[in-house]
Amino acid sequence: MEQREFSGASFYQFLGEGKLMASRCKKCGTLYLPPKPLCTRCYSNEMEWAQMKGKGKLAAFTTIAVAPTLMMEEGYGRDNPYCTGVVELEEGPKISARILGVDAKKPEEIEVGTPLTVEFVERGEGEQKKTFLAFRA
Amino acid sequence: MIKKARKLGRGVAIVGAGMSKFGTFRGMSGRDLVVEAFKEMRASVDKGFDPNDIEALYVGNLSSDLFEGQAHTAPIIADWLGMIPKPATRIEDACASSGVALREGIIAIASGLYDIVLVAGVEKMTDLPTERVTDTLAAAADAIYELPAGFTFPGLYAAIATAHMKKYGTKIEHFMKVAIKNHDNGALNPKAQFNSSIRDIMASRMKKAEERGQPVPAWRDEMDFLNDPQANPIIAWPMRLFDCSPITDGAACILLAAEEIAKNFTDNPIYIIGAGQASDVALHQREDLTSITAAKVAAQQAYEMAGVKPQDIQIAEVHDCFTIAEIVATEDLGFFNPGEAPKAVEDGIMARDGAKPINTSGGLKSKGHPVGASGAGQVVEIWSQMRGEAGARQVRGKDITLALTHNVGATGGTCVVHIYERR
Ligand SMILES: [Zn+2]
Repeated sequence: MEQREFSGASFYQFLGEGKLMASRCKKCGTLYLPPKPLCTRCYSNEMEWAQMKGKGKLAAFTTIAVAPTLMMEEGYGRDNPYCTGVVELEEGPKISARILGVDAKKPEEIEVGTPLTVEFVERGEGEQKKTFLAFRA
Repeated sequence: MIKKARKLGRGVAIVGAGMSKFGTFRGMSGRDLVVEAFKEMRASVDKGFDPNDIEALYVGNLSSDLFEGQAHTAPIIADWLGMIPKPATRIEDACASSGVALREGIIAIASGLYDIVLVAGVEKMTDLPTERVTDTLAAAADAIYELPAGFTFPGLYAAIATAHMKKYGTKIEHFMKVAIKNHDNGALNPKAQFNSSIRDIMASRMKKAEERGQPVPAWRDEMDFLNDPQANPIIAWPMRLFDCSPITDGAACILLAAEEIAKNFTDNPIYIIGAGQASDVALHQREDLTSITAAKVAAQQAYEMAGVKPQDIQIAEVHDCFTIAEIVATEDLGFFNPGEAPKAVEDGIMARDGAKPINTSGGLKSKGHPVGASGAGQVVEIWSQMRGEAGARQVRGKDITLALTHNVGATGGTCVVHIYERR
C-alpha cells in the first residue's frame, strides 16, 4: 500500500477497501486530504499515506432537489432529495462527502456541527463498481 | 515571498461598452451574440472609431465546447467582427472568464504592446437541456473530489449559506431580500432576462391562473410568494429557485484604450485605476467556509493599486450567482463587517437609493448569468452609471466618480476585482 501513487484513483481504490486515506509529508508532517503527490508547504517529494479515523463533524451542508446526472441515475431528484456536505475530520482536514442518516426532506432540522462517522457507499457491480465517500450522523 | 506594490505600466481607460440583451435566444450562436454586443459598443463610442484600429481581442468564455460543441472560439469571433488576422485569445476561468479577459486586455495595453484592445465575454447556454447545463456548470467544481459527493453548483453555494447561517445567524429571509432588491433593479433594465420585479411576476402568475380558470394564489406580499414551495421550489436548500441566477444567453464588449489616446474616442472615458486577481482552493479545503479568500486578496490588490478604501466606493456590481454570494461578496470587499451584510440588505443599504447601491443592473440574479459574459456585463453597467446613462435605474443624488466590479469563478477558485474612476 505504501507504493500506491498519491492520486485520486488511489484515494477511491482505498475507499473500496474501507479506508479513508490522506497523504502526509514525511519531512514537515503536513496532512493533505484530498491526497497531494507533492508537499506544497515545504516542497518535499517524500510523501506517505495516512489513514484517517473516520470521525468528524458537519461543517456545511445542503439538500439537493435538482440533482446532477450522477445522482439522478441513483434515483435522487425533486421528490427524493439527498444531503451532501463538507465534513471536518478529527485530524483537521475537511472533505466533501454524502451525508447519511439525516432526513433530506427536513433540511431545517439538520445541524452544522453534528458528529459523523465515515461510511463507504458502493454503487454498481463488477467492473462498474464504484465506492463513494459518505458520513453518517 | 516577494511582495511589491502592483501598478500598471501606463494608464488604461474604457472608451466604449455594450451588451446584447440577456435571455434565451433560439437560433443565435455565441458569435452572433458577440456581434450584437459589438454593435452596441460601437455606437457607445462618443467620437466614433474605426474597427480596423483594434489590435487584439480577448474573449471570456466558460464552455462553448460543451454548450455549443465549439472549441477554439476566439478566432471565429474575431472573424465575425472583421478582425482577422489580429491575435484572438480565449480565457477560461469559469464564471470569471470575462473579468479575467478584461484584466488581460488591461495588462496588454499597460505593457505598451497595444494601444487599443477589444474585450468580449460570451456564453450561449440555452441550447442544452437544463440537466446538461447543470452538469456543464458543475464541471467547474473539483471533478474528482466534489462531484462524486453529489455536489452541484447551487449545492456548493448552499453549503456556504448553511455555514454563514450557523456562524452569523443569517436567515433565509435575508437571501430572499437580496432577490427582491435585484429583481426591483432588473425591472428597470431593458437588457435584463427578468425585466420584472417579484411583484410583477406574482401579478402575472395570478392573472394566468385566473385566465385558465384555476384557483388564484393569494400571496400577501413578496415574502409570502417566496416562501411558497410551489412558486419558489427548493433547488439546493437553503437556495430556492429565486435565489439562483438563471440559465442565460448573452454577450458583452468593452473597448479599451491607452490613457494618452482615450480622449480621441470620448471626452468622458472611464479610467481603470485598480485591478486585482487571486485564486483559492476547493471549498472543502478552506479554513473558513463563510468567505472567499480569493475575493479578499483580489480586492486588497485593487484597493492598494487605486489608493482607495472600501468606504470610498460609491456603487458596485458584485457576483451574485446566488443570493448568498452577494452577501459574502459585500463582506469580502470590506463594504460590511463579516456577518453584517444580511442586516445591510434588510436596512436597504444596498438598494438603488441606499447608501451603497449594489447590483443596480439587477445583478446576475435578474439581469441573467451567461457565465462567460457576466464579468464584462458588470462593466457595461458601471460604464452606464458612471456616465449618467443608466436611464430609469440611474442612481440619483450621487455624482458617481468611483465604482467597483467583483467577478467570481465557480465557488471562488478565481476572483477578479476592478476599480473605475471618472475624472
Ligand atoms: Zn512538507
